Amino acid sequence: MSGTQIEIQLIAALVAVACAIPGTFLVLRKMAMISDAISHSILPGIVLGFFLTQDLNSPLLILLAALTGVITVILVEAIQRTGLVKEDTAIGLVFPALFSIGVILIARNANDVHLDIDAVLLGELAFAPFDRLLVGGSDWGPKSLWVIGTILTVTLTLLLLFFKELKLSTFDAGLAATLGFSPLILHYGLMTVSSVTVVGAFDAVGAVLVVALIIAPAATAYLLTDDLRKMLLLSCGFGVFAAIAGYWLANLLDASIAGSMSTVLGLLFFVVYLFAPGQGVLSSLFRERRQRLEVSLLVFLLHLQNHQEKRERHVNHLREHINWQEVRSRRVLDLARKNNLITIVDDVVDLTPKGQQFTDEALSYITTNKETAIEELKERFFLFRG
Amino acid sequence: MNNPAPSTRPPAIQIDDLTVAYNYKPVLWDIDLTIPEGVLMAIVGPNGAGKSTLIKSILGIIKPIAGSVQVFGKPYKKQVDKVAYVPQKGSVDWDFPTVALDVVMMGTYGGLGWIKRPGQKEKKRALEALEKVGMLSFRDRQISQLSGGQQQRIFLARALVQDAAIYLMDEPFQGVDATTERAIVNILKELRQSGKTLVVVHHDLQTVPEYFDWVTFLNVKSIASGPIRDIFNDDNLTKTYGINYKVATKG
Repeated sequence: MSGTQIEIQLIAALVAVACAIPGTFLVLRKMAMISDAISHSILPGIVLGFFLTQDLNSPLLILLAALTGVITVILVEAIQRTGLVKEDTAIGLVFPALFSIGVILIARNANDVHLDIDAVLLGELAFAPFDRLLVGGSDWGPKSLWVIGTILTVTLTLLLLFFKELKLSTFDAGLAATLGFSPLILHYGLMTVSSVTVVGAFDAVGAVLVVALIIAPAATAYLLTDDLRKMLLLSCGFGVFAAIAGYWLANLLDASIAGSMSTVLGLLFFVVYLFAPGQGVLSSLFRERRQRLEVSLLVFLLHLQNHQEKRERHVNHLREHINWQEVRSRRVLDLARKNNLITIVDDVVDLTPKGQQFTDEALSYITTNKETAIEELKERFFLFRG
Repeated sequence: MNNPAPSTRPPAIQIDDLTVAYNYKPVLWDIDLTIPEGVLMAIVGPNGAGKSTLIKSILGIIKPIAGSVQVFGKPYKKQVDKVAYVPQKGSVDWDFPTVALDVVMMGTYGGLGWIKRPGQKEKKRALEALEKVGMLSFRDRQISQLSGGQQQRIFLARALVQDAAIYLMDEPFQGVDATTERAIVNILKELRQSGKTLVVVHHDLQTVPEYFDWVTFLNVKSIASGPIRDIFNDDNLTKTYGINYKVATKG
């Protein structure tokens, strides 16, 4: 691996982590699409900043562009507050307007500006190592590495300092306000960090794909955990994985690095969506099936308890009576027998003492609807699965 | 705290000429209301009467266009630590990635202030509050896995942790079963016993005389406010709800 390759991967990984952190909070605040708005509407800020500084990595340009991002948020909220349009419409009104101003500015001055529309949309990670930070003649590495490194350091510091406040205001802005943690300050703080991050990442991954880096890792992590800290760590992990895997995929396919990173993120989400334990599609299907079987078993046991007469408890009769297909009946019978809940003598089914006790408990749960009884019953069912 | 407030002490909450409007529509109109210290008060009124808005205005979440609110004689902003708020259950996203204990711990954040993290002391208080509302065994449960009644208890525990002098509750009995309602009422009465002031938005008129000792009738304007036995009658109910009411005062 050459030094350039390592530098590109390092930049990509830092960009991914810097995006994943605000991204987690944006996703939880149901504001993911505001990142789309910010990433587009910073363009006029970047172009104007470039006219002033002639340097895409200048701190002044980054602050100016980030300011455009915050203005976007303010405009969206102002339009929304009129009550005449909803938030998504407001977002759709504001960012194309600002973005198109940026596009016109570039087109009018294309000859003397090192910015073109392709780079704006997709970024140029491959060129990042060529623009180097030179201090007194010595090479300090790529400028974008320093830019995104600084942004990430600031983001991490703010996250560590204000984790509690961010968590509270994201979960319950009302309580945050009454406890003296202004949700407004936290909101605009998060928006500022998001804007600065998007500007820092813009050069590397462009206006369209930075959205993928902000939303996809957080959305994927959300499927896997119930803990905000773990969600943040997982988001960062997914981001870094996608950065590095995306780089090598791009190498393999001779394609855009940013495009490959986003593709990896998309695949990652899809795989987790299917296979996540707990919330994944497959495990939900599996759980539903199991619950159906458990409920069938319960229905069967209650039927046995309700009917003392022999003909109601004959194996064949049960099948006809409860109206189950043969496979299902057999599975329920097997499950009940395996757990010593029933005995079958001459094709007549009887509850064992254990079966009797369990059925009684289940009945008391059904009639009283007590929360503690539900817990106990779930525990009992858990024994069943073993 | 157990002694009744001497007359020189300012009331728990003093509301003067409070008006709140969304666009042109007044939601609360010229409210004058004094809530004495140590009462267990219900706010009743029809839908759209401004009950939630009144609580949010006291807390400064909603800015009134006129009037003032004083908490123990000072603006709310200076008394933040004296007031605990139990919002409506539906006001938060219960899919948020966290567990019951963590939500209760949030009640301690106000005392901690900015930046400082909760530690063992805060955790211990949160566990005590969970035990008080009968939810200790659910402390590590993801909050979306809790029933509606359990979520309401978690909110109550979070308010208990704040150890405030005034508790403002927005429909704590909404969507809870009889057992939970009984448990919450007992905690409210216990809090009142220890000298706290409780203001509760309440919907079930039948239970008002049984649960509360003070009542405010609200329908955009403040209709009446005072002890249950003096003012909880058909006359005030009719004025508030606009139809003839015959539920009233058996108790």
